[in-house]
Amino acid sequence: MKKRSIVPYGPQHPVLPEPVHLDLVIEDEKIIEAVPSIGFVHRGLESLTAKRDFNQMVYVTERVCGICSFGHGFGYCEAVEDIMDIEVPERAKYLRTIWFELSRMHSHFLWLGLLADGFGFENLFYQCWRIREKILDVLSLTTGGRVIFSVNKIGGVMRDITPEMAVAISEMLTSVRKELKDIVPIFMEDASVKRRLVGVGVLSKEQAHELGCAGPFARASGIEIDMRKLGYAAYKDLDFDIITSNTGDSYGRCYVRINEIFQSIDIIRQALGKLPDTELAAVVKGNPKGESFIRIEQPRGEAIYYVRANGSPHLDRMRVRTPTFANLAGLCETLKGADYADVGLLILTIDPCISCTER
Amino acid sequence: MAIMNFVPTALKNLFLKPVTTSYPLEPAEYPERSRGHIRISIDDCIGCGMCTRACPSGALSVNKNAGTWEINRFDCVVCGYCVEKCPKKCLFMEKGYRTPDTQKATETFTKSPEVLAAEEAKRKEAAEKAAAAKAAMAAKKAAEETKK
Ligand code: SF4
Ligand code: SF4
Repeated sequence: MKKRSIVPYGPQHPVLPEPVHLDLVIEDEKIIEAVPSIGFVHRGLESLTAKRDFNQMVYVTERVCGICSFGHGFGYCEAVEDIMDIEVPERAKYLRTIWFELSRMHSHFLWLGLLADGFGFENLFYQCWRIREKILDVLSLTTGGRVIFSVNKIGGVMRDITPEMAVAISEMLTSVRKELKDIVPIFMEDASVKRRLVGVGVLSKEQAHELGCAGPFARASGIEIDMRKLGYAAYKDLDFDIITSNTGDSYGRCYVRINEIFQSIDIIRQALGKLPDTELAAVVKGNPKGESFIRIEQPRGEAIYYVRANGSPHLDRMRVRTPTFANLAGLCETLKGADYADVGLLILTIDPCISCTER
Repeated sequence: MAIMNFVPTALKNLFLKPVTTSYPLEPAEYPERSRGHIRISIDDCIGCGMCTRACPSGALSVNKNAGTWEINRFDCVVCGYCVEKCPKKCLFMEKGYRTPDTQKATETFTKSPEVLAAEEAKRKEAAEKAAAAKAAMAAKKAAEETKK
């Protein structure tokens, strides 16, 4: 008879960028079941609403995560602006879109690097992070921070992108595009890389739908879902298609993310070309009263922001549903039947962001 | 399927110069907007406390009478909200990160003695004026009373 045993995986593990714990039930080298547990980096940021006013919360929400930081601040601002009926100036909307896409780019490069690291290709890992550094340089040039920008405020943005900065951005885009094109064949065609990706961790479209997966993880299984199509910020004026793959495996997830980087480059170029000339922020008076529910597309998938305010400076409730939380169920499904050696790689393919999930 | 198609990129890398800066041998360069640390021009501060109330991490404290402004650099997350809120615009976001430290200490800035003395004199003058006005009021009242 085959013998079953349980292997604890994480929270401290070389392949995991952040602490998540999985109890893996294995039979020989095959995973039968994976039981996740989270809660190692809970910081109680949502409960800070009781102590910080709604303007200070912008800075708190930005620090929910170190990679999709801009999106969190943005989602929260959108929710409060929705409650207060604030019309954000057009230029602010475009600037937010540009910064959002830049952060999507750097997040996807980070992921490509981690993936390469996950399948043991150190050199490729450093190539990805080297390219990513150019995006971070432009971000610190335009906002003052590499990953935490602090440019959002209720009603608009605090900083402008000057014409010289726009030139720097578009030069960076050109060089990043060229360098990315150089390494795409390695991810997509190299025999050794393909053997680690193709057919590993397959999730069918039906399964992805049933388990409520989000973002590139769901798109790789063929689900056409992208919250940017809701048309928040400047996305309504910009032209882009939803990128999907029908393979549903790790290769598909890699394909989707690589193409989303190219797509982001295109979106930023469009936005820079159309940048309207208006104010940067609307005047905000009074305190919010009411509730709002905002859905945005983070680099890792759909994130939801719920804010309820009572007319005082302190909000009643602020809640974030992060994409990683939605994708954990899908992850456990893909782990079933996988080889033990692929576990680290499969965890990486959902692009886990545990700090967001636990806040 | 391609085999070993990373080789050209790897070979190219051998002949490129390093992309990293060999800090601290070479100085680090920060862009103009870089949020490195907070600087105060203490003599312009009026001690209103707007910055302390704005700070999301509670890193600041001011004492109006003593003319001091305190920052705990370890608590400060360099968000820049205090800079935005200061009515006298005497707080600045400077580039260059703080050096590491072995202790979680606060840094205190005190107004220069001349400014403190001038402020003290102003306060005294105002108090004297107020006292004089009060005395005048009382005298007027007393005069009215005697008239009755
Ligand atoms: S920069 Fe932010 S955290 Fe630092 S002292 Fe100012 S308000 Fe506080
Ligand atoms: S807000 Fe400005 S003027 Fe007021 S106490 Fe702070 S530093 Fe001084």
